[in-house]
Amino acid sequence: MSQESPHFRQPLLRTPFHERARALSQIDRFIPWAGYTTVDVFSSAEQEYFSVRNASSLFDLTPMVKYRITGADALRFLNRLMTRDIGKLRPGRVAYTVWCDDAGMMIDDGTVFCTGENEYLVCTAERQLDWFAASAIGFDVRISEITEEIAALAVQGPTSYALLKGIGLAGIERLKPFEHGNFTMPGTDGAITLMVSRTGFTGDLGYELWMEPADATAVWDALMRRGSSRGVRPIGSQALNMVRIEAGFILPNMDFVSAAHTLRIGTERSPLELGLAWLVDFKKGHFTGRRALLAEQQRGPLRQLVGLDIEGTKPAHNALLYTERSGRREAGSVTSATWSPTCKRNLALAMVDAPYIATGSLLWAEIYLNRELVWERRMVRARVVERPFFAPARRRATPPAEF
Amino acid sequence: MSLRAANRYDAIIVGAGHNGLVNACYLARAGLKVLVLERNPFVGGAAVSRSLYEGFTYSNCSYVCSLLRTEIIRELELPQYGLQIIPYEGGCTMMRDGGHLAVYDNHDAMRREIARHSRRDAEAYDRYVRDMLRHCRFIKPLLLREPPDPTSFRPRDIHELMFLGKHFHGLGEARMYDTLRFWTMSCADMLEEYFESEIVRGHMAGSSIIGTALGPRSAGSAYVLLHHYMGSIDGAVGAWGFARGGMGAITQALAASLRASGGEIRLSAPVHQVLVRGNRATGVVLQDGEEIHAPVVVSNLDVKRTFLHTVAPEHLPPEFLDQVRRFKIRGSSGKLNIALDGLPSFPAIPAGSPSIRGDLHITDTIDMLERGYDDWKEGRWSRAPYVDMLIPTQIDPTMAPDGKHYMSVFVQYCPYELADGPWTDEKRKAFGKTVIDAIGAHSPDFRDLILHAEIRTPWDIENEVGLTEGNIFQGELTFDQLLFNRPVPGYAQYRAPVRGMYMSGSSTHPGGGVMGAPGANSAAAILRDLGRKP
Amino acid sequence: MSAPARSRYDAVIIGGGHNGLVCATYLARAGRSVLLLEAAGRLGGAAVTREFAPGFRVSAGAHLLHLMPPGLLRELNLGAHGLKMAAAGLPTVALSRDGQHLLMGGRAVPTLSSADAQAYTEWRRLLGRIAAALHPVLNEPPPRLGTDAWSDRTALMRLGWRLRRLGRRDLRELLRVGLMNIHDLLEERFQSPLLKGALALDAVLGTNYGPRSPGTVLSLLYRLAATHGSDALSLPEGGLGAVSAALAQAATAAGAEVLTSQPVARILVKEDRACGVALASGAEVSAGVVISNADPKRTFLDLLGAEHLDAGFVRRIAQLRTHGVTAKLHLALQRLPQFSGLDAAALRGRLLVAPDADYLERAYNHAKYGEYSQAPMLEVTLPTLTDPALAPPGQHVASVIVQYAPYRLAEGWDGGRQRLTDIVIDTLGAHAPDLRQCVMASELLVPTDIEREFGITGGHWHHAELAFDQFFMVRPVPGATQYRTPLPGLFLCGAGCHPGGGVMGLAGRNAARQVMHEVA
Repeated sequence: MSQESPHFRQPLLRTPFHERARALSQIDRFIPWAGYTTVDVFSSAEQEYFSVRNASSLFDLTPMVKYRITGADALRFLNRLMTRDIGKLRPGRVAYTVWCDDAGMMIDDGTVFCTGENEYLVCTAERQLDWFAASAIGFDVRISEITEEIAALAVQGPTSYALLKGIGLAGIERLKPFEHGNFTMPGTDGAITLMVSRTGFTGDLGYELWMEPADATAVWDALMRRGSSRGVRPIGSQALNMVRIEAGFILPNMDFVSAAHTLRIGTERSPLELGLAWLVDFKKGHFTGRRALLAEQQRGPLRQLVGLDIEGTKPAHNALLYTERSGRREAGSVTSATWSPTCKRNLALAMVDAPYIATGSLLWAEIYLNRELVWERRMVRARVVERPFFAPARRRATPPAEF
Repeated sequence: MSLRAANRYDAIIVGAGHNGLVNACYLARAGLKVLVLERNPFVGGAAVSRSLYEGFTYSNCSYVCSLLRTEIIRELELPQYGLQIIPYEGGCTMMRDGGHLAVYDNHDAMRREIARHSRRDAEAYDRYVRDMLRHCRFIKPLLLREPPDPTSFRPRDIHELMFLGKHFHGLGEARMYDTLRFWTMSCADMLEEYFESEIVRGHMAGSSIIGTALGPRSAGSAYVLLHHYMGSIDGAVGAWGFARGGMGAITQALAASLRASGGEIRLSAPVHQVLVRGNRATGVVLQDGEEIHAPVVVSNLDVKRTFLHTVAPEHLPPEFLDQVRRFKIRGSSGKLNIALDGLPSFPAIPAGSPSIRGDLHITDTIDMLERGYDDWKEGRWSRAPYVDMLIPTQIDPTMAPDGKHYMSVFVQYCPYELADGPWTDEKRKAFGKTVIDAIGAHSPDFRDLILHAEIRTPWDIENEVGLTEGNIFQGELTFDQLLFNRPVPGYAQYRAPVRGMYMSGSSTHPGGGVMGAPGANSAAAILRDLGRKP
Repeated sequence: MSAPARSRYDAVIIGGGHNGLVCATYLARAGRSVLLLEAAGRLGGAAVTREFAPGFRVSAGAHLLHLMPPGLLRELNLGAHGLKMAAAGLPTVALSRDGQHLLMGGRAVPTLSSADAQAYTEWRRLLGRIAAALHPVLNEPPPRLGTDAWSDRTALMRLGWRLRRLGRRDLRELLRVGLMNIHDLLEERFQSPLLKGALALDAVLGTNYGPRSPGTVLSLLYRLAATHGSDALSLPEGGLGAVSAALAQAATAAGAEVLTSQPVARILVKEDRACGVALASGAEVSAGVVISNADPKRTFLDLLGAEHLDAGFVRRIAQLRTHGVTAKLHLALQRLPQFSGLDAAALRGRLLVAPDADYLERAYNHAKYGEYSQAPMLEVTLPTLTDPALAPPGQHVASVIVQYAPYRLAEGWDGGRQRLTDIVIDTLGAHAPDLRQCVMASELLVPTDIEREFGITGGHWHHAELAFDQFFMVRPVPGATQYRTPLPGLFLCGAGCHPGGGVMGLAGRNAARQVMHEVA
């Protein structure tokens, strides 16, 4: 790692992949992410997008905030913190889950890795120590942030399995979706141990690799070398955003604002509103926000996050939604939008008022078109459709197809 | 023009401090013939730039700007009259053990800075900022409104009370309780709900004691902290900045704006008394005996100076006078203005850190602040004072010759009355030495760089600026003196018991700091009474 | 130690302090089957009389009865259950170094300058009017804000109406002084330092505040509101334990089952509802509702457990300020010390060492930094003057409330205990020079002892500090007001609730009413 300047000169940290990423970055588009500087676009978001849907992509996941949770009450702690029943999570498995404040409003989402009895790894989008520490009162649990101790790389795409096999990860063919395990990568300077999970944020076949920072460049190099003839390429956040919308995944600060940050009244969102009711297990016993969520469930939702299929090709970024073309009555707004090159559809996630959340509902989106600086306002049809928009069977196949 | 006409105005404003000028500007813009009378040979009150040492400009009372309401700056077109406010970045709290906690604008830099002391606090800081901003959002709409009298049945009061009630109710149950608790908490207790590290707490607590006769453990000090947080610069809530050319630039711009709308200002014109006939203010008489008449007289002086010294007691209800006498306006702050031959070094601040251009504090723990308050209670200045220093010349080139620097040093606590008898030159020097030693402990070359130092105790501030007991807020910011209790119950709506007489100073809602809101609110009250549109 | 007679009750009450006993009585009288479980071998919590030296007994916690409202005493009819007063209408004497003591309270008229005398009369009238207006507030659950419940809205309107009825003058004064510190308010009105000291003591007694702390006027008003503005002091025959004994008898007579030496291990939860308790003995008792007289921290963190609660709520409970600063010194006296300048009648009353408000403030300064006061304020009673049975014939007991003695003492209470005892004896000895020679034995209960002996987390009289941000609608914390808790079926009835501690009993009665209102 390069010599770091003091934090007041250079507030953003660099991941162990930074040197490699910088070398491959063609247009110098870096953005801050969770305290790190990361690549937004290497060369072209579209080209990077196709590496996920057609071949293999590398995405530097290191800034994901990681916590190790141990102690006699680790499971009890997580079960009271999170909406899913973590008790059902066996060692070697991973679960996607969310957690809420007392009012049942989303604080963050993330993945939980069960690494042993009362030993867990939690990956989150934003730092959670303040809330985890509050949640730990009354539990015998140790929470340590290990973000900087683990480098992480997402290897995603139809050829990702072949690629991992190609770098010598024996047994990778047996890894099922939402499982994780330790694998050995043979190397010239000795073998490297990796934790690999069959998880991802793309909705496609894919893996996430977790490693010692010291091993990071060797793993990157091996993957790039082995995959060079098959179109492997590093991708930035923009391409990832396109695929995650296709897969119907939500992103904090795009599709909801964490209740830990909201200033205004009524801007928090519950998991029920975000369409994540399937993650809320009311039967498992108490968890933070349960009573509020139960009351919300009985009351019925006021609004919900839905998928939209929008007329035309212009992504409906930040568009307001109306019930009629005249635009007199608002019905919600778009939170994330993209043109899907695979589905050939204009897709969006939108927060929509309760009367219009049913699949098939027709709404109107207000979008602005830039015609060489002559702006046009268009009202276009937006139909509520099922999510995910794209879910290829290959993502679940075990063993995956070897190409 | 006859002499008679020349001495008749629509409104006379006594005192050319920032609130008096703001008030006069609004009245003049509404078409009134306005005269501002100032006893000093310069305008500005406590928002002044003074040249007390060759080549240097001192903001010798108030020294930073944040609270001045944007609405006022825009409506009075102050930028057009030369006002420019430059935000400064960050700051630094220095501990006696050599450690430090800097403040950085960048969120990640700030998180990593706090994480040097506590990783948990670095993240709790986000919750703290969120909650402070929530409280700011709650209080903001209340600043430019006249507080209702909760004991009255007048439609306007009931309407305003309902507004307050609705505004509060709109928070929802959970945040209503948070608000109730916050407004009544001590700063120390409040900070303990967020932070574990002593230095982080000590750093945050500094703003809770500035200008008050409270310690960080006194209930209500959390509000004082908010009072220092609720300003903004260019929409950045909580940001502080320098007025280019010193704080006098604000009042100079106000004076220019006033003159442009036809208002007059007379300097070196101390008012002896407000003229009252048949329970109506009719004008003022100056100390030289000259009478000037107007149906509206506005006092920008603090409430004690106004009613105990400039209105004859027979015109005022005895109960009102009792309440005015009870008004708490204790001085607790001192000020040093120092001309420096060069930029002093602070070894605690890392090389290259921009924090030296912000506000530098000497604090390390809440206990240190609280012990400083214990000293004040005993009638002596804090032996280990809380010091808030700024060197604006690093940003504003107009205030000192090239290579030299002006340093503003605010000191908490320093009493108006000493237990061992009145202030003397010797005691003032001893006070100055305490402060200079405290700074010297953090800056080895500081003492040698001093070219000139002005030392101001609350007693000096009273004598020079006219603020009773040298209280910088024209009255303490405690619950019993806020909102409808400010300055005294029943008279919180800028109107004096004498008809035609008004108050516009910081003794009125929403209180002190260079905010301008009391001046603007009282102008609105006057114009409403005159049946004019503001 | 006997086992519960049944396996299921309408209500199980955890803790047999006075509030628990009052709550049990009201519920039992309403026909509910009630089981009260006390962990200690005796009832009464901190209202208890016990031996502290061979042959010497004392009210080990509270040592005067003055906060229990007359209405509650009438309803409970404690006289019929054996409560007798050894003395009532006792005076308060503010001790002065120069022997010019100030006799006040009870039927006494203080000897003051004419200005002070007039101011004192006005002061008592004003506080009396405000206290009378606030008294009903203590008698009912505080309303919640922002709910649609009719009961909350009417309660808020009633409160508003009651305040408006004070009249413009008094309301304005209340809105001003209600949030002030007692020091400034007394400065506005009085001259006599001794008077100001004595009045300030009442405002800070039992709190972690000094006279200059904002909020201390409120704590004074709160004391006065409980008793409608009267400050009549009584000493029950047999000490405060006799009150507990009478309360226990009243509860039993009403049909409640009262068991001692039955510590509760935990509160049982089924389908997100409190359904009973597990005893330390292993037995389980099921119940329609569980009512805890224990302090909020013990109730939620120890007996219930964080896993049944939301994390934000638990954080609030953990942050509840519960550290006591009040110690209690008990002296076994060979004979009655010679107090200079006090007659027998005055000596029977409440003696205060609070020469002026600054003295109290300085005493408080120490507590802020984890030290005990070098010159503490004292509230002293000599109960054996009215109730000789508490000591061997001719011998006496002094019961002294000492402030400030912080829960967390920087030097540690092991050595601190003896040093503070000496300071207190010397401080009081200044008014009774032979005091030290009279002392045969002593016992000092500091907050950590109070925590241990009475099971109060932090050893605070009021279970939770009595400050605005832990008061009325937000007491003990938002989410657990109105004697309810986030867990259905679990209620609170202790001093941690509105209106707080002191041997008042209102929390117990209000809680019982709330339970009956909710669980028909």
